[in-house]
Amino acid sequence: MEKRNVIIIGGGVIGLGIGWQLAKAGASVTIYERDKAGRAASWAAAGMLAPLAEAHSEEPELLKLGCQSLARYPQWVRELEADAQMPIGYRVEGTLIVGLEADDTDQLRHLYTAQQHLGLDVNWLTGRDARDIEPALSPRVTAAIHCARDHQVDNRLMVNALQRAYQACGGVLHENSIVERIAIKNGVATGVQTEGGFHKADVVVLAAGCWAAEIEGLPDAIRPPVRPVKGQMLALQMETGIAIKTVIRTIRARYPMSVYLVPRSDGRLIVGATSEEMGFDTRLTAGGVFELLRGAWEAVPGVYELPILETWAGLRPGSRDNAPILGKVPKLTSFARAAPCPRPSVENLILATGHYRNGILLTPITAYEIAKLILTGELSEAIAPFQLDRFFVGGVLQRNSPKL
Amino acid sequence: MKQMPEFKIAEQPYQSRLLIGTAGYPNFHVMTQAIAASGAEIATVSMRRVKFTETSGENVFALLRELGIKILPNTAGCFTAKDAILTAHLAREALETTLIKLEVIGDEQTQFPDVAQLLTAAETLVKDGFTVLPYCNDDPITCKKLADIGCAAVMPLGAPIGSGMGIRNPYNIQIIRELVQVPLIVDAGVGTASDAAIAMELGCDGVLLNTAVAKAHRPVLMAEAMKKAVEAGRAAFLAGRIPRKLYATASSPQVGMIA
Repeated sequence: MEKRNVIIIGGGVIGLGIGWQLAKAGASVTIYERDKAGRAASWAAAGMLAPLAEAHSEEPELLKLGCQSLARYPQWVRELEADAQMPIGYRVEGTLIVGLEADDTDQLRHLYTAQQHLGLDVNWLTGRDARDIEPALSPRVTAAIHCARDHQVDNRLMVNALQRAYQACGGVLHENSIVERIAIKNGVATGVQTEGGFHKADVVVLAAGCWAAEIEGLPDAIRPPVRPVKGQMLALQMETGIAIKTVIRTIRARYPMSVYLVPRSDGRLIVGATSEEMGFDTRLTAGGVFELLRGAWEAVPGVYELPILETWAGLRPGSRDNAPILGKVPKLTSFARAAPCPRPSVENLILATGHYRNGILLTPITAYEIAKLILTGELSEAIAPFQLDRFFVGGVLQRNSPKL
Repeated sequence: MKQMPEFKIAEQPYQSRLLIGTAGYPNFHVMTQAIAASGAEIATVSMRRVKFTETSGENVFALLRELGIKILPNTAGCFTAKDAILTAHLAREALETTLIKLEVIGDEQTQFPDVAQLLTAAETLVKDGFTVLPYCNDDPITCKKLADIGCAAVMPLGAPIGSGMGIRNPYNIQIIRELVQVPLIVDAGVGTASDAAIAMELGCDGVLLNTAVAKAHRPVLMAEAMKKAVEAGRAAFLAGRIPRKLYATASSPQVGMIA
């Protein structure tokens, strides 16, 4: 087979993951990253692999994709740790979703009902059961849902490992290199334009996260509907006595925001996250940090004494339905947004963006399946429902209409 | 039977008597579908929680405009009259609308309005030319004052915001209905479809709700239920319910029947 020349826009976990798999299979791969590789959403994330805790009745396909990706994690971890020669902090302790008063218990029950309708393997616990699993929990915890099958990974280690594995396999990484435009000639993507000049490619992969809709050259009609969703977070240093093992998430009826606490093997305790529609703003706010600390302290009173190591805000690449936008830009004759003009289709352009809250979880399935799509032309069943055209078939409002 | 007056806010007629919120949906796609299913023509957006961006691209303002929904900016999260007034002015500038859902919150836990601050803010905003729709207590005197100040509607709570407790004091809502001539919209407290129907049966002109739809297991289906409930409640109000009484009356007459 001829050696394919692939350009990937975006060096986050998605771009690096796809690039690693392609380079490993012998393709010639170049990544253009606007900043430093993996320092945007990939770095800001908490690394929860939690399709069960994140499940929603209106997002069954996303749940299925998340579970499939989680199932591939053990293989992914073995392969990545071998190629990068470093651990990535994969842990399987599970998640406890806890409530702290009677109203919270009702909210938990509401979630538990939805999870049961979805057939998820989760357990209802009393407060005492929950504290048996995680003794650091507040005595106020009234009830909990145990999602034992939800896992976690250290996303920052995974970024470093992916970069090493990608480069070890021969992948080329250009950092601080902004793609100004995707070149499209006669409906075919031919390469990208950066400050350094024009770079030709057989295939262009758009994996630019929340910046994916900002890059020029794409016809308006196929700009992926992706936006930045701000999340403020912080990290505490765990000390003896506060050695949390389980991922803890709260459900609070009294506050607009829930928090999660994710313990890392190196002693960091990640606390997140706000979810704000603030455009590309990444400033920390008093209110945001206050809500995080209050939420963490109420669930685990012992955090009161812990040193704050770091605070940050990241931008999740949010798509319109929270699910990623994957695969080719399929041909369609009509296109709701740009009607009545026929939609331009673009050959040799692959989308892999819009992973929203689930980027780390969905990295394995995205990397494996997008690499397979590029190498073999085969679109797997797993990612087929997540193509761009789902937003436009029959118009924006036709999907999921209730059946009475 | 009562007349069928149109539902108007500040001279603008609306077909739907359901106003809907935009917060807390699982995702934008479900939000737009739910709003479409609700039949609402007005949707409210918190100006403090959503940064106003250009009305193209991927944001709540652009999506609502795509749907043909009128945006009702609100001052949720404001704890002083000053904050609420400032937020209202920013909203008017950004969205080019004089409509404002005025909220001045008195307390984080209950989210009850601060009446003194609310009256002050309402007075100022009416003077500044806004079409003011105040979220207020189900207190008839407060509602009367707000109407007298020149608010375009009064929007008493049925129960605390997001509580889903329904219409806790239907007698007050009835008294408010007697006291004010401007549109009366129950804002907050609706938990399920029957709550919305009860509000309409009491003679309210409309219902504003958010959480009951956004946090339902299936928001789109609940939105459709709310649409029907508001229509049913309105029709029942116009039709005129029978008086309640303790003992039965057979619905088929039994006197004069041939033995």
